[in-house]
Amino acid sequence: MPTVFATLAPSSVPTSSTVTQSANWFLENAWLVPLLPALSFVCILFFGKRLRYKGAELGIAAVALSLILAACAGVAWLDHRDNFVLHNTTDAGVEAVAGESYVAVQNSTQWLQSGGIEFSAGILVDGLSVMMLVMVSLVSLLVHVYSTDYVSDDKRYTHFFAFLSLFTAAMLFFVLSDNILQMIVGWELVGVCSFVLIGHWWEQKPNSDAALKAFLTNRVGDVGLLIGVITLFFAAGGGKTFDTIKINEAIVQGGVSHSALVVASLCLMAAVMSKSGQFILHTWLPDAMAGPTPVSALIHAATMVVAGVFMIARLYPVFFEGMQIGGSSINVMATIGAVTLVFGGLLAFVQNDIKKVLAYSTVSQLGYMVMALGVGAWTAAVFHLFTHAFFKANLFLGSGSVAHAVHSFDMKKDMGGLRKFMPKTYVTFIIGSLALAGLFPLAGFWSKDEILAGTGGWGLFGGTGGNGTYTFHLLMGMFGAALTAAYMTRCVYLTFHGTYRGGHGQHHEPHESGPRILVPLYILSGLAIVAGLANLPPGFQLVNNSWTERFGHFIEPVGSSYFPKIAHATPSWSLAVVASVVALFGAVAAFYYYFVKVDRLAKTTQQSLTELPEGLTESNALAGAGHKTLVNKYYLDHIYERGIVAATKGPLARAAYWVNQHMIDNAVNTTGETAVKMGRSMYDLVDQGVIDAFVDGSGRVSDATGEELRQINSGKVQNYAAILFAMAAVLAGAFIIIFAF
Amino acid sequence: MLLNQFLLLSAVLFCIGVYGVLARKNGVLVLMSIELILNAVNINLVAFGALTADVGGEVFALFTIAVAAAEVGIGLAIVLLIYRNRRSIDLSEADLLKG
Repeated sequence: MPTVFATLAPSSVPTSSTVTQSANWFLENAWLVPLLPALSFVCILFFGKRLRYKGAELGIAAVALSLILAACAGVAWLDHRDNFVLHNTTDAGVEAVAGESYVAVQNSTQWLQSGGIEFSAGILVDGLSVMMLVMVSLVSLLVHVYSTDYVSDDKRYTHFFAFLSLFTAAMLFFVLSDNILQMIVGWELVGVCSFVLIGHWWEQKPNSDAALKAFLTNRVGDVGLLIGVITLFFAAGGGKTFDTIKINEAIVQGGVSHSALVVASLCLMAAVMSKSGQFILHTWLPDAMAGPTPVSALIHAATMVVAGVFMIARLYPVFFEGMQIGGSSINVMATIGAVTLVFGGLLAFVQNDIKKVLAYSTVSQLGYMVMALGVGAWTAAVFHLFTHAFFKANLFLGSGSVAHAVHSFDMKKDMGGLRKFMPKTYVTFIIGSLALAGLFPLAGFWSKDEILAGTGGWGLFGGTGGNGTYTFHLLMGMFGAALTAAYMTRCVYLTFHGTYRGGHGQHHEPHESGPRILVPLYILSGLAIVAGLANLPPGFQLVNNSWTERFGHFIEPVGSSYFPKIAHATPSWSLAVVASVVALFGAVAAFYYYFVKVDRLAKTTQQSLTELPEGLTESNALAGAGHKTLVNKYYLDHIYERGIVAATKGPLARAAYWVNQHMIDNAVNTTGETAVKMGRSMYDLVDQGVIDAFVDGSGRVSDATGEELRQINSGKVQNYAAILFAMAAVLAGAFIIIFAF
Repeated sequence: MLLNQFLLLSAVLFCIGVYGVLARKNGVLVLMSIELILNAVNINLVAFGALTADVGGEVFALFTIAVAAAEVGIGLAIVLLIYRNRRSIDLSEADLLKG
C-alpha cells in the first residue's frame, strides 16, 4: 500500500491542530492491523478447506499477529502520549507548539477525486482507536480459539472462520477510520458480517429470520447515519469534508451552525439506537442470539454493538454541541440511555434462555454507555465499553460452555446444579457476574461508579463537577445497578444451583468443557478482575497518585483541538458506597429469594423448582410482591390489555363507530356518489370520445404501415444486399447529378 | 499514367462482385464475391494513390486487406455454422428472420 501522507493545505488547517503525520512506526502503520484479518478472510475462503485445521489456523494466526501489532501500537501510544511534542514549521523555522501533548496520528491517502472533492482513506490513531484495536483483537483472538472447539463439528466450519476474520477486519477498519465516509463502510461491513453469522445455521427458519431482523432493523438506523453524515459533510468548517478531525475542529471552534448540529446529532443518534441496541430499536439484539455463541460473545456483546458508542465518542463535538450536554439536566441521548438501561435490565428478569438474559443485560449496559456519553462523562463511557467487553465476553463464552455441556440454552428446563459438573466454568461465570453487577473491586465497579459520578447528580453530598446536574439519570443508573445484580443472581441460581433438571433422553451427565473453551474463560475472567484498575478514580488514597486515572489520561483527547472542553466530575466516596449498597441490595434480595426460599422449598417438596409456586410467598410481603410482579412480567401486558385495549374495545370503540357510520360515512358516500357521476360523464365524453379514438387510430395506422413494410423484410440476405446496392447506386447517381451540374 | 484503365478494371471487378453477391446461392461464393468488391476498391485506392503520389492510398489498401482477412474469417465461421445446422449453405433457404 503506497502511503502518501495527507498534504493538508495550510489554510484549511486551524493553527491549533493537534494532528501529526509522523510518529512511531507502529502508530503510523496501524493499518496493518485490520489488513491481516482481511487477508486471512480471502485466504480462508480460497484455501481454507484444504488446510489441516480447515482454515482455523489462518484466522487465529492473522488475529494473533494483529493483536501483537495492536499491543505494540498501544505501547507506542503510551510513549507518544506523554513525550510527543508537536512542531510547527513556520517561516522562522521549526518550533514546538506549546501547551499541547495530546497529538493524534493521522495517515491518509487519496482514494478518489470527484467534482473537486477529495475522498481520502486513512487511519486516525489516538488513544480511543488504540484501545479499541487492542480490545477487539484480543477478544477476537480468544473467540477464535474458543470456536475451534465450540463449532468443531459444524459443516460450515471454514466458512464460519472466514467470516469471523472478515468481521474482525471490518471492526478494526471501522475504529481506525479517519473520515466519516470510511466509517460508514466499516459500519456496514460489520453489519453484513453480523447478518451472515447470526444466520450461520440458516437451515432453521428462526435463525434466518433473526438474521434478517437484525439486518433490517439496522437499515432503519442507517438512514439516520447517511443523513447525519451528509449534514456534517456540508455543515462542518465551510463544508465539503469527510475528515473526522476537521469536522470536530470546526465544531469545537464554533464554526458550525447549531441547527445543523441538532439535525446531525439526532440522525446519528438513530444510527446508534439501531447498532447499539438502544430502546425501541433494541429488539434485534436479543433475537441475534440465534447465532452461534462465540459470535454472540464477539459481535453482540463485546465489539460490534459498541460501534454506535464508539461513533458518539469519535464524533463527540457533534453530540456535545448538538445536544447541548454541558450545563443541562436532560437531553435526548442521556434519556435514551437511561431508559434503555432500566428497560433492558427489567426484561432480563423474565428470560428463561441464558443467552437472552445476557443479551438484555448487554442492552442495559449499552444504555449505561450511551447515558454516560449523554451526560458528558466521556472517559467513563469509553472505560465502561472497555471493561464491559471483557466481562460480557466472559459471561457469553461461559454460557456457551454450559450450553455445550447440556445442549440447550433453557435455564429452567435443562440446567440447574451445574456447579458440581462444571466447577471451572462456574468460577469464571461467577467472576463475570460479580464484575457485571459492579461489586468492589471488580472491573464493573470502577466503570459504573465513574458513570454515576459523571452524571453530576450527586451534588448534595459533594462530588460534583459534571457537565450538568443529571439527577434523574443518576437515579436510573442506581436502579439499573440493583437490577443488574438481581438478574445475574437469578441467572446464576437457575444455571448452576439447585438440582440438575436436564438430561432428558441423554445417557451421559454434563461434563466440563475442554481447554480451548476454558483458557479463554480464564483470561477473560482475569481481565474482568483487573481491568478496572486501569482507571482508578483520582483521590483514591490506597495507591500512589500516579496510578490513578491512567486510562483517562491516555485515552481522552483532553486539550486537543478536536475534542470539546468537557468538565470532569470528581468522584465521591459517598456515591461509591451508596451505589455499591444499592447493587448489593439487588443481589441480596435475589439471593434471598432464590438461594434461600426457592432452594428450601425445593428440598422439602423434593421437586426441582425454578420459582416459588403461587401462594407460598404471602408470608413475606416483599418477596410476594416481587414474585407477583415477575410472574406478571411487570404488568406491562396488563397495562397494554386492560388499559389500552379494553378502553379501545369499550366506549371508545362504540363512539368511534357512531362517528364512523353517521358522519364519516355520509361524507364518504356523498363524495363517492359525486365522483361516480363525474366519472361516468368523463368516461363517455373524454375517454371514449377523444382519448380512445386517438389511441385506436394510432394503433391502426402503425398496423397498416407495418403490414406494408414487412414485405421488404424477407429474411433473405441477398434481397437486403440488392436493396443496399440499389440505394448506393441511387445515392451515387444523386452525387453525380449534384456535382456535375 | 492512364488512370482510366485501372478504373475500368476495378469497375468491372466491382460489377462481377455485386452480381456474385446478389445472384449466387452458395454462401462461400457470396463471400468470394465480397472479396472481389473489396479488391476493386483496393485497385482504385492504389491507382489514385499513385496518381497523387500519396502513400496514403497504399496504406488504406493494406488496411482493407487486413480487415478483409478478419471479415472472411468471421464469414466462413458463419457459413460453417449454417452448414452444421441445416446441412446446406444455400442462402436462399436461410430466411428465419422473415417478417
